[in-house]
Amino acid sequence: MNGFAVKQPGLLSLLHDRGRFGVHNLGLTTGGPLDTEAFDWANRLLGNDGNDTCLEVSFGGLVIESETDTCFVITGAQAPCKLNGNTIPLWQTRDIHSGDKLEIGFTTAGTRCYLAVRGGFEISPSFGSSSTVLREKIGGLNGDKLQAGDCLPCNDAKMTGHSRLAQADQPVYADYARLRVVPGYQQAAFAPLQQWRFFNTEYRLSERCDRMGFRLEGETVQSDIVGMLSEGICHGAIQIPADGQPIVLMNDRQTIGGYPKIGAVIPQDTARLSQLSPGSIVRFEAISIEQAHNIHCLERARYERTPVQLC
Amino acid sequence: MKIEIAGQNAFIVYFAEQTSAEVSAQIQAAVSNIHASMQDWIVDLVPSYASLLVIFDLDLSDHFAVKQKLRAALHSLQSLDASAGELITLPAYYSLESGPDLEIIAQRGQISIENVIEIHQQREYRVYAIGFAPGFAYLGEVDERIAAPRLATPRQKVPRGAVAIADRQTAVYPAVSPGGWNLIGLCPTRMFDPDNNPTMPVKVGDRIRFQAVSRDEFLAQGGEL
Repeated sequence: MNGFAVKQPGLLSLLHDRGRFGVHNLGLTTGGPLDTEAFDWANRLLGNDGNDTCLEVSFGGLVIESETDTCFVITGAQAPCKLNGNTIPLWQTRDIHSGDKLEIGFTTAGTRCYLAVRGGFEISPSFGSSSTVLREKIGGLNGDKLQAGDCLPCNDAKMTGHSRLAQADQPVYADYARLRVVPGYQQAAFAPLQQWRFFNTEYRLSERCDRMGFRLEGETVQSDIVGMLSEGICHGAIQIPADGQPIVLMNDRQTIGGYPKIGAVIPQDTARLSQLSPGSIVRFEAISIEQAHNIHCLERARYERTPVQLC
Repeated sequence: MKIEIAGQNAFIVYFAEQTSAEVSAQIQAAVSNIHASMQDWIVDLVPSYASLLVIFDLDLSDHFAVKQKLRAALHSLQSLDASAGELITLPAYYSLESGPDLEIIAQRGQISIENVIEIHQQREYRVYAIGFAPGFAYLGEVDERIAAPRLATPRQKVPRGAVAIADRQTAVYPAVSPGGWNLIGLCPTRMFDPDNNPTMPVKVGDRIRFQAVSRDEFLAQGGEL
């Protein structure tokens, strides 16, 4: 099979489909794209299946050379992208031919780009998913991040006409995010004053943010819990260890853990969180489970009625 | 029993304040009830010591419907026999060569190293949870005489197959990883093998016994030193 030859892998480029589900009972985590919105758009603009495998390029720095004739799109964080040296826009599908060179420069707003090809990258699934989880050495190409010399396998493909997402519909990546939280888990073990502090102060993203969890710095928050039994951790759960500094647990989190949690950030907002750089500011906002469901339904409806523009 | 919200598409069910074989059996019964009555809605179930995380598909269901079905599934729990799980014997090569922390545990419990090895084999342990890493099964509970807190400084590299103790839990490391548990031996059985079916020799609810093997037997069964 042909594909894209990797000349420079970038800082952290990982192959992902939507994630690995139904295998938490083996201790396997979910993986999958941190920014599901940009990921979904990449596949949709190409007319792909929603679960097709894309490349999540964190912080940019990717250079590839095509060994095939196909179509591609780059969505997500703003980064200078060039095809054979010419600047190309993101969120717009385009042809690429054998011998063409594609570069994704370093991100300037947001941190994760998604590179998709027509039909998706051809990665055989492990435990039902192609998603790469480095800690587990599973998925992608041998469970590893992209390396120079790798080949991203894909098929020849053509599109009749190209498509793009209108600028007005493209997300704006800022250095601030509001993180809506469904309170839950050990919420009751945080005294009212502690909860007030948590929901009324700004937190700053620390340098220690990765696909397992985003560590925040700010007002310390304490619970009344001394020791607790380990339990299942859902996506977005906010863990507060003894130092009182919250950690938002993301796609590659451990499936069980024993720290108190105050609730979980909704996935619509973990997607935004994942696009922030260290030093960015976030605020937590408590919402009801009903509001969380409304947001899910509204976002889905909005996504479905947002048109793909033909060009 | 309490059903609490965990996240936008997740509930966590608390069965008890503390863990026990009975609580664990109840959780197992809940897992099978939930699978039977709401299979299509379930994305993942994560059983642990005294709780069960239920992650559902928000496109196929919602919080109200799931909670209602959960209540029904939990209401009709049959009192499972706590000793119902499959009994699995894991070989262990106990020695100072394979278990560098045997001495610490012996000193702590003021018993001999031979006693530590003997006591570890005497009990049948229950698989309370699987997590932390693929194939990492939390087994409990060890006799108080051989319980020991985690190391103050975790090791950078614990070998695959390491039989270990932390507090009153014991486990076999499924892969080389950092870790702070006390190492008392090595097990030649692969606890997680993606190419094998089943991937893991144990599941939550199973009963585990350790049986001492010699260095030669350990090597003959595929163990590596």
